[in-house]
Amino acid sequence: MAASSSTFTRNPTSIATSFNSKLSLSLFSPRSIKLPYIHPQPIIKPLGSHARPLPVLRATATPSAESTNATTFHGICYVVGDNIDTDQIIPAEYLTLVPSNPAEYEKLGSYALIGLPASYETRFIEPNEMKTKYSIVIGGDNFGCGSSREHAPVSLGAAGVAAVVAESYARIFFRNSVSTGEIYPLESEVRICEECKTGDVVTIELAESRLINHTTGKEYKLKPIGDAGPVIEAGGIFAYARKTGMIPLQSG
Amino acid sequence: MASSSSFIANKKDLGLSALSSTSSPFSIPKCRKSISKKIVSVMAPQQSERKPATTGSVKIAMTMTEKILARASEKPQLSPGENVWVNVDTLMTHDVCGPGSIGIFKREFGDNAKVWDREKIVIIPDHYIFTTDERANRNVDILRDFCLEQNIKYFYDIKDLSNFKVNPDYKGVCHIALAQEGHCRPGEVLLGTDSHTCTAGAFGQFATGIGNTDAGFVLGTGKLLLKVPPTLRFVMDGEMPDYLLAKDLILQIIGEISVSGATYKSMEFVGTTVESLNMEERMTLCNMVVEAGGKNGVVPADSTTFKYLEDKTSVPYEPVYSDEQARFLSEYRFDISKLEPLVAKPHSPDNRALARECKDVKIDRVYIGSCTGGKTEDFMAAAKVFLASGKKVKVPTFLVPATQKVWMDVYSLPVPGSGGKTCSQIFEEAGCDTPANPSCGACLGGPKDTYARMNEPMVCVSTTNRNFPGRMGHKEGQIYLASPYTAAASALTGYVTDPREFL
Repeated sequence: MAASSSTFTRNPTSIATSFNSKLSLSLFSPRSIKLPYIHPQPIIKPLGSHARPLPVLRATATPSAESTNATTFHGICYVVGDNIDTDQIIPAEYLTLVPSNPAEYEKLGSYALIGLPASYETRFIEPNEMKTKYSIVIGGDNFGCGSSREHAPVSLGAAGVAAVVAESYARIFFRNSVSTGEIYPLESEVRICEECKTGDVVTIELAESRLINHTTGKEYKLKPIGDAGPVIEAGGIFAYARKTGMIPLQSG
Repeated sequence: MASSSSFIANKKDLGLSALSSTSSPFSIPKCRKSISKKIVSVMAPQQSERKPATTGSVKIAMTMTEKILARASEKPQLSPGENVWVNVDTLMTHDVCGPGSIGIFKREFGDNAKVWDREKIVIIPDHYIFTTDERANRNVDILRDFCLEQNIKYFYDIKDLSNFKVNPDYKGVCHIALAQEGHCRPGEVLLGTDSHTCTAGAFGQFATGIGNTDAGFVLGTGKLLLKVPPTLRFVMDGEMPDYLLAKDLILQIIGEISVSGATYKSMEFVGTTVESLNMEERMTLCNMVVEAGGKNGVVPADSTTFKYLEDKTSVPYEPVYSDEQARFLSEYRFDISKLEPLVAKPHSPDNRALARECKDVKIDRVYIGSCTGGKTEDFMAAAKVFLASGKKVKVPTFLVPATQKVWMDVYSLPVPGSGGKTCSQIFEEAGCDTPANPSCGACLGGPKDTYARMNEPMVCVSTTNRNFPGRMGHKEGQIYLASPYTAAASALTGYVTDPREFL
């Protein structure tokens, strides 16, 4: 559901303003709240949320398995076309980086979408930068096709992407996005990659399954993320499984 | 076993079912605390020794894929869209995704955790082997340390990079090594951290690619939550002309249904043409289902399958077959006798064209290799074209045998009709590059010093599987995917060439 101003001021550097839904529902009326203002600066989520050696802590903090997503993403978008394959997301020469190694995780992020052809004139990540200023990627059909490399959603997440919105996904990319909890792979009902431009300011309201393009003033319906939402919110399948009691909490 | 080759070819008309594809693609059911760790190899309620497909006792007709997943999840029946916990028979990983999977296993299960079954994990260094890239070399070291620590039974190690032949354990490309070493068996579930794990569907098993996190989960538990895919059935009949190979068949299919036409779906290949294919050709067919977005591909096991397995495995296996009444999402029929040699033009595997339509495309090089087109039969096919022409190649022609076994075959097996020459002799006479060290090579670019990597924006005809921008190295490089016949013919002319010009 929509973020409140208190959420933003409490945590102004966080792109993913997620909180316990029961709390949010009791405090706010979801329908009456509008986004108070648009952040002029792109907001990058903190490193800690995904460098995460400790996904368990985050999971146990919200024990409700049925929590609905009260998550909002806000930032500028980077727009790509159809069939963006894993070689374009993270070319094979960078696969020597091991995602579970924190330093190499960061480095993977710096190469996200570096395989896009020269026809993409705007770089996703500026030279010598480790992060992108685009926290939302908008794509067309069959996003993430090709290899099963988990490095693909990981590189996007490590670069600071919170969500991808595409018409459809390749199966393994979708699954890897959910099981790692790195990014929300959201599906649009229409072909928004032709209506949004790189640099547009957008907001995604997960609970409402809605994307708002503030630059054009248009709103788009997204397909509900469904059961995958809580898994991503928890930080991936392991964190979710611990949170819901499917596997025991890690000792120590 | 060989007597049960009577797989039921379902020749019925289109059984279009109204399966919903709107359900959530990923969901986790409520806590299941008491799942048996036992791998069930036979359907429990079945008292008869006959195959489920022949008894008629099944309550709901199922496809091969549904049956394999039903057995592996210890359920009497399954329908597409159901999410089930599946017992994994074999987990494969390699040097690119193994270290990350191991990292997740350690992080989630603890530093002292043991894998679920040391004999069901197969670890195959194959991607970035013959390189001076330190991180790539380190990744193979990580695999070795883990295999020693966990006493992993099947680790195909390489230590001396200067000469692969002094490493008897080293195999090469994982999907081909899995088959050659007897790890592919009908009716089983094989998961691997590589999208081309689907290759093993050629053996009538469920095989699909997974990510590091899922692999980390499987390492610890031997199970994975999988959604049962609906099946698309491809019926290929007719005698295959001698200028076609399985690569042409799969390029035809991908061109027909697009690179996302089988997303979340199983692809089942049947028909007289498929029955006539040898195991390596069936592997080519299943190898590229992921290029159509497919979750898995299957070919029903038959006498060809059983014969191939005879000297490779002593593990008992139980093939399953689609019921006659099984429901398929849709059915496609092809008369293969009318098909012509095909290519996939840049930059998508579904950008299908006839090879002869591209005869004016000048090329800079030819690449024969990979899990798709670097098997023994692929080199035999290329050698046949070179032999028939008696000419020399006009562009650099790179040969990368998939495995050490393939390399040996290239250097030892006589090519039919050549008077006893081996592929390697024919390649040398044709002016090809010397067959290189077995590995994934330049199929996916890899480190800058990878043999035959496209470091310049060139045009390449390749027997590999993908031609997205940058796949073989340079972003502006152009890749035409083709069969080994078409690749060899193109090497001889320097243009994309229909192999009928030489065969």
